[in-house]
Amino acid sequence: MSAPASGLAQIGKSVVIKGELSGSEDLYLDGQVEGSIALKGNSLTVGPNGQVKASVDAKGVVVQGRLEGNIQASDRVELRKSAVVSGDITTQRISIEEGAFLKGKVEISRADTK
Amino acid sequence: MSSVSQNFMKFFRGSSGPEVAPDQNSQKLTRRSSGLGELSRTWESAQGLCVLDLGSTSPTNIRHFTERGHRIYSEDLLTASTDSELHTTDEQGNAMLDSRKFLADNLVYPAAHFDVVLCWNLPDYLDESLVKPVVGRLWSVLKPGGMLLAFFHTRDAGPDSPCNRFHIVGSDTLEMQKIVLRREARRGPTGAVHTALTDGFQLQRVFNNRHIETLFRDFASIKFFLARDSIREVLVVR
Repeated sequence: MSAPASGLAQIGKSVVIKGELSGSEDLYLDGQVEGSIALKGNSLTVGPNGQVKASVDAKGVVVQGRLEGNIQASDRVELRKSAVVSGDITTQRISIEEGAFLKGKVEISRADTK
Repeated sequence: MSSVSQNFMKFFRGSSGPEVAPDQNSQKLTRRSSGLGELSRTWESAQGLCVLDLGSTSPTNIRHFTERGHRIYSEDLLTASTDSELHTTDEQGNAMLDSRKFLADNLVYPAAHFDVVLCWNLPDYLDESLVKPVVGRLWSVLKPGGMLLAFFHTRDAGPDSPCNRFHIVGSDTLEMQKIVLRREARRGPTGAVHTALTDGFQLQRVFNNRHIETLFRDFASIKFFLARDSIREVLVVR
């Protein structure tokens, strides 16, 4: 198994995690996670094999697999065409590819400028 | 006790099934909509509205409303209605869909939550057993004064009338795109996993004006818009 790219943690598709995930680096998740994911200031990518049943709090979120739970992203959310998302999304920016499935709310919250 | 892995396989099924990507060549036809034009005055002049889109997930519609500062909920009820676990029979043994189960997992919102509901062509293509319960639920989740837009085929429409998705591209302009095959697995609020297979939906019925008025009889007002094509637009106010 090759080492993950510098600054990027990875959860492979055979891995199953139940609990609270938190960290201070970007995370690529291609396995199964149930619980909560907190990566404030960092990005989460749910790979095509990823199956997430968790609330997500991160800077950026990219979904290619399945995610059930609310997403709070301080910067950006991307739903790729293979994404299946069930939950509410709150973010500053959102990009949804044709083919993505979403059941839930999308709310854009702009950061206060000072 | 099931392992975590086994529990997850219960939550998400069908992920290895055939999943046809949206037909990139699926033609988009532009259509002017008087009903949309009247309805869009609502969201162009107001702030922070709550909108419910009951069609297929439309990035275009989501962008349209979020750019204007509104919240948009996306819920594809037609796809949800194809869940095989909804199949049941009535007292006479006739096949039907379980509307109670359907509403336990879909359209689960607080009362008087939405300012606008976009039904598109849902009533024409939804299974008979779900139409009235769904409209009843929509009445309850709409705010008093909230508006609902729905499209109905006229008698001129044939049984092979394509079931389209609708994308808002202007204040009174829609793009229509035929719905294509997709397999999806979702988990509803009750915890059940639903694997839904969608295909070109069949037109279930053609409502006449009296039927439409009866369907929306609990609403305060109803307005019809006739168009040159075989579509009749209806705007109702709760």
